[in-house]
Amino acid sequence: MVAGAFVDDSGTLTTANLRAAVSGPYLSAFARSLQLSAITAVVGAVLGALLAWAVVSGEPDGNLRRVVTSASGVLAQFGGVTLAFAFLATVGFEGLVTIFLRERGIDIFASGAWIFELPGLVLVYTYFQIPLMVIVFLPALDGLKPQWREAARNLGGSAWTYWRRVAGPVLAPAFFGSMLLLFANAFSAYATAAALVSQGAPIVPLQIRNLQTSEVLLGQQNLGRALGFGMVVVVAIVMGVYALLQRRTTRWLR
Amino acid sequence: MRLLPDRSRPTIALLGAALLLTAACGDAPERETASTGSDGAVAAATATSAEDFGGFDGLVEAAEAEGTLNVIALPPDWTNYAEVISTFEQTYDIEVNSAQPDASSQEEINAAEQLAGTDRAPDVFDLGPAVATANADTFAPYKVQTWDDVAEELKDSDGRYISDYGGLMSIGYDADSVPAPTSVMDLLKPEYRGKVALNGDPTQAGAAFAGVVMAALGNGGSADDIAPGIEFFRQLKAAGNFLPVDPTPATIASGQTPVVIDWDYTNAAQSEALEGQRNWEVVVPQEALVSSYYVQAINADAPHPAAARLWQEFLYSDVGQNLWLKGYGRPVREVAMVEAGTIDEAAYAKLPQVSGEAVTLTEEQTAAAAALLSGGWAEAIS
Repeated sequence: MVAGAFVDDSGTLTTANLRAAVSGPYLSAFARSLQLSAITAVVGAVLGALLAWAVVSGEPDGNLRRVVTSASGVLAQFGGVTLAFAFLATVGFEGLVTIFLRERGIDIFASGAWIFELPGLVLVYTYFQIPLMVIVFLPALDGLKPQWREAARNLGGSAWTYWRRVAGPVLAPAFFGSMLLLFANAFSAYATAAALVSQGAPIVPLQIRNLQTSEVLLGQQNLGRALGFGMVVVVAIVMGVYALLQRRTTRWLR
Repeated sequence: MRLLPDRSRPTIALLGAALLLTAACGDAPERETASTGSDGAVAAATATSAEDFGGFDGLVEAAEAEGTLNVIALPPDWTNYAEVISTFEQTYDIEVNSAQPDASSQEEINAAEQLAGTDRAPDVFDLGPAVATANADTFAPYKVQTWDDVAEELKDSDGRYISDYGGLMSIGYDADSVPAPTSVMDLLKPEYRGKVALNGDPTQAGAAFAGVVMAALGNGGSADDIAPGIEFFRQLKAAGNFLPVDPTPATIASGQTPVVIDWDYTNAAQSEALEGQRNWEVVVPQEALVSSYYVQAINADAPHPAAARLWQEFLYSDVGQNLWLKGYGRPVREVAMVEAGTIDEAAYAKLPQVSGEAVTLTEEQTAAAAALLSGGWAEAIS
């Protein structure tokens, strides 16, 4: 793929593919991909962290924790055609929830078929982002020793002081690292989007699919590889920052 | 407790980097070694007509000796391919393996490349004209017995590919939920709010591409300038009429896609299949006639070359052509068969009547239109 990104159809080295990959419709596709990944990473991180905190606040061997962690382990990998179908069956045009609301006079598709466009992808991606956040963030929350809370209270600090001065700084690297992991996960997800969106290739993985399999735009496979190379660069940067943050996180987990 | 001891970290980092590099660089799958063919197989692979087999019976014998045919991208409800395949299997002692019915033309070529040298490679292709001309040197030249019945512009002079069936772009609609559209521009009316679907993405699929060309002709454009077609869909989206759902027989039957822009043979096949269930009608807008023929070719590296050639002979015989006609496709030997009286009159009468000259895009026009679409389609319908 990397080799193909730098050659044109006749095999000569060129940067034309890379230059085309960051211009015009492909630049907008990158922008939308980044937008989608950022939104679902933030929403998934916040909601996932809250859920993880709820789980940690309960019994360490309790049923709630076991059920949530097992379910998260499964649902974090739940994607592709099955997830797309599940959402269409629930909130699609003839979905269960859609019909339920329609009978009560609420038409959720009054402003258009959003579920097959970017807003629909945001909703569906969040579904596997939250469980992933729970799995990744739970160890960090486990690492918060109750002794720290007690020590803070002994020294006269309020809950707010504890969170601002102790737990916050300890959890921050883990939180932002997990958010970056969610970002990379959403950025590179393909199967779910391919199953859900059939018009207009709004994000980069779908654009790559178009270039590889289109019967209208021919000979663009190397441009597809250049787009793939661009994606690898973005994910590499994200993972690099994640690795740096992980080093700071593990400091407190020993 | 540390997860990774200090000493192993550099090694593990190096391994990780190596893995990443191989993942980024490697995208060609393993090639299986092909079984060695006999002299007969080699002769079949270079045969350019039935004479090279010593006559049609020689071809049948060689094909039945091979016993299998690999086809790809032939949906059973696309111009009656289900019956075409089953009739071929019954007439000759050959088993047909139909792979990937929903693949696009480019995916057929990709499959041939990836499976080259194996027994599962596709023997024959049914492709859009653009993909066919771009990959003509991977096809084996072969002229069927009825070669002369086909017009010059509908085949390759060297015999590498030949048009098989054609159709006109049409608007299929559910007569019970929407009024009958009389022209392309009618679809912009408020009665069609949230109801108009296009079969595929025009930067992906040939059928959707032809749909945009039809919209261009209906909106004042021409074969040289399809920008009005993109403009039409922009207006359709702005009016809230455009439905970004991929229409399938299931969505048509369930009523999710009450109006579908697709080839007339596909829409007509739905009419027939849903009789009694849904009142699916088809109209071909007379001011925007877009016609295209799909193209048939034989893989030069076909694992079953004789069977592939027999398949071609079958498709271009009266039986094969009439089976496509039964699926509402316009067979390429139409003119010759009407003259000889071998055409299926009943099925022929069901084809839409055209009152004008249909537009077929040339290679240059297709390339220009494709370039326009790649730049403007995503913005127009987002």
